[in-house]
Amino acid sequence: MLTLTDVHTHIGAYHILHGVNLTVPRGQLTMLLGRNGAGKTTTLRTIMGLWHASQGRITLDGQDISASHTPDIAQQGVAYVPENMGVFADLTVQENMLLAARQARRAQDLDAQRLAWIYKLFPAVEKFWHHPAGKLSGGQKQMLAVARAIVEPRQLLIVDEPSKGLAPAIIDNMIDAFAQLKASGVTLLLVEQNLSFAQRLGDQVAVMDNGRVVHAGTMQALSDDTDLQHQLLGLAL
Amino acid sequence: MKQPELDLKPLLLVPLLALIALPLIGSPSSWLTLTVAGLAMGMIIFVIASGLTLVFGLMDVLNFGHGVFIALGAFVATSVMGAMSDWTQSANVWLNLAAVLPAMLVAMAVAAALGLAFERFIVQPVYGQHLKQILITMGGMIMGEELIKVIWGPQQIPLPLPEGFRGAWVIGDAAIEKYRMFAVVIGLMVFAGLAWLLNRTKVGLLIRAGVQDREMVESLGYRIQRLFVGVFVMGSALAGLGGVLWGMYQQSVVPQMGAQVNVLIFIVIIMGGLGSTLGALIGALLVGLMANYTGFLFPKLALFSNIALMVAVLLWRPQGVYPITNR
Amino acid sequence: MLTRWLSADFPRSRVLAALLIGLLLALAFSPFLFPGVKAQNVAAKVLVFVVLVASFDLLLGYTGIVSFAHTLFFGIGAYGLAISLTHFGPTWTGLWAGLACALALSALLALAIGLFSLRVRAIFFAMITLAVAAAFQTLASQLSDFTGGEDGLTFNVPALLSPSTEFLEDPFLGVSIDGRLLCYYVLFVVALLALLSLLRIVNSSFGRVLQAIRENEFRAEAIGYRVVVYRTLSSVISALYACVAGAMLALWLRYNGPDTSLSFEVMMDVLLIVVIGGMGSMYGAAIGSALFMVAQSYLQDLLRVAHDAASQWPLAQDMSYVVALLSPDRWLLWLGLLFVLAVYHFPTGITGRLRKS
Repeated sequence: MLTLTDVHTHIGAYHILHGVNLTVPRGQLTMLLGRNGAGKTTTLRTIMGLWHASQGRITLDGQDISASHTPDIAQQGVAYVPENMGVFADLTVQENMLLAARQARRAQDLDAQRLAWIYKLFPAVEKFWHHPAGKLSGGQKQMLAVARAIVEPRQLLIVDEPSKGLAPAIIDNMIDAFAQLKASGVTLLLVEQNLSFAQRLGDQVAVMDNGRVVHAGTMQALSDDTDLQHQLLGLAL
Repeated sequence: MKQPELDLKPLLLVPLLALIALPLIGSPSSWLTLTVAGLAMGMIIFVIASGLTLVFGLMDVLNFGHGVFIALGAFVATSVMGAMSDWTQSANVWLNLAAVLPAMLVAMAVAAALGLAFERFIVQPVYGQHLKQILITMGGMIMGEELIKVIWGPQQIPLPLPEGFRGAWVIGDAAIEKYRMFAVVIGLMVFAGLAWLLNRTKVGLLIRAGVQDREMVESLGYRIQRLFVGVFVMGSALAGLGGVLWGMYQQSVVPQMGAQVNVLIFIVIIMGGLGSTLGALIGALLVGLMANYTGFLFPKLALFSNIALMVAVLLWRPQGVYPITNR
Repeated sequence: MLTRWLSADFPRSRVLAALLIGLLLALAFSPFLFPGVKAQNVAAKVLVFVVLVASFDLLLGYTGIVSFAHTLFFGIGAYGLAISLTHFGPTWTGLWAGLACALALSALLALAIGLFSLRVRAIFFAMITLAVAAAFQTLASQLSDFTGGEDGLTFNVPALLSPSTEFLEDPFLGVSIDGRLLCYYVLFVVALLALLSLLRIVNSSFGRVLQAIRENEFRAEAIGYRVVVYRTLSSVISALYACVAGAMLALWLRYNGPDTSLSFEVMMDVLLIVVIGGMGSMYGAAIGSALFMVAQSYLQDLLRVAHDAASQWPLAQDMSYVVALLSPDRWLLWLGLLFVLAVYHFPTGITGRLRKS
């Protein structure tokens, strides 16, 4: 549902993306892997319109969003969780969630059923509901960030390093959440460095290096081919 | 501002300053008069500064031309109240209010309209370029000041207080001027209004979030550009209101008053922290009190005393008393 | 040899070079080319502002520091000379004493302000300098016994530079060879030396480090340059030159008041010239100052002509606002408009434009 064709991105004088080709199929979970500095975050930011592609096309559901503004892209049902989580530290957890719920004007308007589901996935969100988000631990902030992204139904969820800095137990929560989301029909695009996490969840995988996608295919195929893993990532899955 | 643990230390600065001044002034009645005067002046400054700090915090726009809205509001008030002189000259407070309130509303409307134009033609083309913002907004203020001179003339115009607002209530030896209490009440209303807006509405939530992380607010699907314009216009309207109050406080208006008050406003928002309404309130009250105390004790050092105060606060907290996190 | 004089910083544009040579010649021979009190005043002001603006550009264009306290040092230089010459009378001792004190005070203040700037964010610093400059202006007009208050100080300069001293009985080429002429040439030489020395400074390794700091302070520090030292030095040097400019002004006008040197208008003029001339370019300061001073002086004349013409219109009574807009007293309005347009359309100033083509 999301396609990038020959996308180049320049940041100032630096040429970061050198022709990225990426396809994110609907209803599946695509993993974007690669070493530090490969251009993964830049790719996500370019998709979201935070940086504009200097060349190439990005289409969402058939519509060209290469020149669209970030709010418009978000309004098409895309939820973005950046690497730094983007949690508003001076606002309470409740206020963070309310902000993300574009249809709700006050806290009471939030969908109770959906909230209950979110509480089950991420207990910390319920526990610290009235606390400033800045007081949460790193892992709890990450949970809040993802919870915020799903407080209303979205069709595409883009998450930058969901497992970064998380304790193993919480990673399980996260995996559970993503699996449930996928089951409910949401398309997911995740950037990851944690390979076992990637392997457990991914349907499709794309590997980036030096601002290009150097391999794209199913996760299954990559998991079966240890030589390819070594070659691309220097490690085995 | 609604956190479970509100950092209370800065709030104590205001009573602290007042207490330090008491022994220096000597007589409690003089102290009371000066303190009320200081609080009134502080409230007026707060009304003006509150919009500017949000503009700085939310839009990261350095508007060095905020003074033009102050002057415009004040001059508009002279025209409106001048036209209703039979009501302002009456001793009946209600008639006075019937003249003053429309003057305030018209001043706010005109300032808001100018704010809209200012944002569109002067500020918008230079988003993200701080130096150019400083230069252009200053240029805009100079143009505005000259235009005021074209419309109202270059000389000082009196803005007399309505009859019913004159005089003071006497408590023992102290005289508490009626107009000053009026200014304090208006200031508190503005503060209450802003507090309600920021803490109990979704728009306010957006503003508070935008001050911390503009990009994330956009990523959540909000066109923050419209919010910018709204905040800018609101800030201009508040400055206009502040101008009316300031003009009545001084009982005269001059075209340069914008530039004069500008300096005080900057001191206030620097002390308060860019983007913090409560910080602006504290800063404004401190500046108001300081100006009145030193005006009594060491008149020649008035402006310097405020700068010294600012330096002292910055040495304690270099980002202002309530810095905004996430930046 | 030219390379040494200009510190290898060439105009890099034929038009610019031509303009600069033209300016140099015009200023060098202005008493003979443009006789008359008004023209001489304009020429002297150009010389003063070349130094003032070039020193401001050192701080803003090369080091990247936005400070509105520049007029402070300008004022200190002017007042230093004014107070000293008033006190000691029109003697050379008075002149040197005043200059020395002003320079010392400027250096100290610049040091304090420079060190303080490192403690706070750039935006805060800009606003604080604005406040400090305003405070000093108020102070100057209030300490009347010392500074002459609102009215300022009028004084006489040493006999050699005074108009009453005549070196030649008869005028030469239509110009009387007197102390005033000498005073002009003193200013000319000082301005020339100041500009050339500033060129030397910005093209030295010191200047390059300043530019590195302007581009990326963090990296400059990481490479090993003590940013504190460089920024403070830059502030002090900039202040010293501004102080000299102030002394030059006082020497020429034989008068100084709070509005002459400390006012916000002066600061705006400096900003405008830097923008028009081009930031980060000493030549821009020179060209910009010349253009600005000429425009400022003659803009008012232009407006006067337009205003008188407009008042003759049959509809003048009904369109009194339009007529008022053209009043020469409102020249600042048009200057403000030019300023705003210049910031938009000439972001790199004249030198930038000329160098691009």
